[in-house]
Amino acid sequence: GPLSERRLMDVKLGELPAWLATCDVSPQGLLAGVRKAWGSYYDKYINVKRGGPAGISMLLAGYCLLSYGWNYQHISKISFLGSV
Amino acid sequence: MNLSFFDQFTSPCLMGIPLTLISLMFPPLLFPSPKNRWLTNRLSTLQSWLLHLITKQLMTPLNQKGHKWALILTSLMMLLLTINLLGLLPYTFTPTTQLSMNMALAFPLWLATLLTGLRNQPSASLGHLLPEGTPTPLIPALILIETISLLIRPLALGVRLTANLTAGHLLIQLISTATIALLPIIPSISILTTMILLLLTILEVAVAMIQAYVFVLLLSLYLQENI
Repeated sequence: GPLSERRLMDVKLGELPAWLATCDVSPQGLLAGVRKAWGSYYDKYINVKRGGPAGISMLLAGYCLLSYGWNYQHISKISFLGSV
Repeated sequence: MNLSFFDQFTSPCLMGIPLTLISLMFPPLLFPSPKNRWLTNRLSTLQSWLLHLITKQLMTPLNQKGHKWALILTSLMMLLLTINLLGLLPYTFTPTTQLSMNMALAFPLWLATLLTGLRNQPSASLGHLLPEGTPTPLIPALILIETISLLIRPLALGVRLTANLTAGHLLIQLISTATIALLPIIPSISILTTMILLLLTILEVAVAMIQAYVFVLLLSLYLQENI
């Protein structure tokens, strides 16, 4: 179909900048995008018949990584432990 | 730059933008809202079970008028529980280690219970300042003591939560630093410290849940006296 209506996974690598240009980057558009992403993650990994700890664990692991990234500048300055 | 053990409690900041709001708003996102289905997924079922347990536990001692507080007390409980437990993951920031946040939660809610009591049943709520059966000569002193005890409640609520969580996080950081520092020197002592660290982590999980429960329970107790 037309470029603007394809999902991210269906866009070829060469078409990526063009696809990004068609995105809606207003606050409502970004919020709708975040909501859609959360909805697809939720439906794929958590909202299943026999779910387990995996769905939430991936989310929490991602949160840990994000927090590490946020604190990196601070952690990297600790001198006595070698490298981080 | 010298390492200070209190550095883990600084509010997260990315290139000058404070991220406190994001870290405060992340825990509520972990709770999926119940859809219009009879059989939901396991996470929603667990969540509903937990919510029923908490609401029943908090609302049983309260009278009919107190049930208006069900929503705020239960959501406060879920928020504190999630924030405390998420803070035990590595590299995360716990908003409840900040005294400002806990006082912002404790003070308005305590004041609301106090004003509810003073507005609706002033003599009964002031009557709580004097326990039944006190000997007459002790009455003035006891009223003074009970008033101070009443006024110190919000401070106690906030500081209790802050101190417990801050102390726990500090202990974990100290002991893990000791473990890593001892590893090249005396590995056996390092293993001992690792055992202590494991036990401490279990304790911290328990403390996280208990402190959230105690906070909300005390608020519901203050409500029972005044409503």
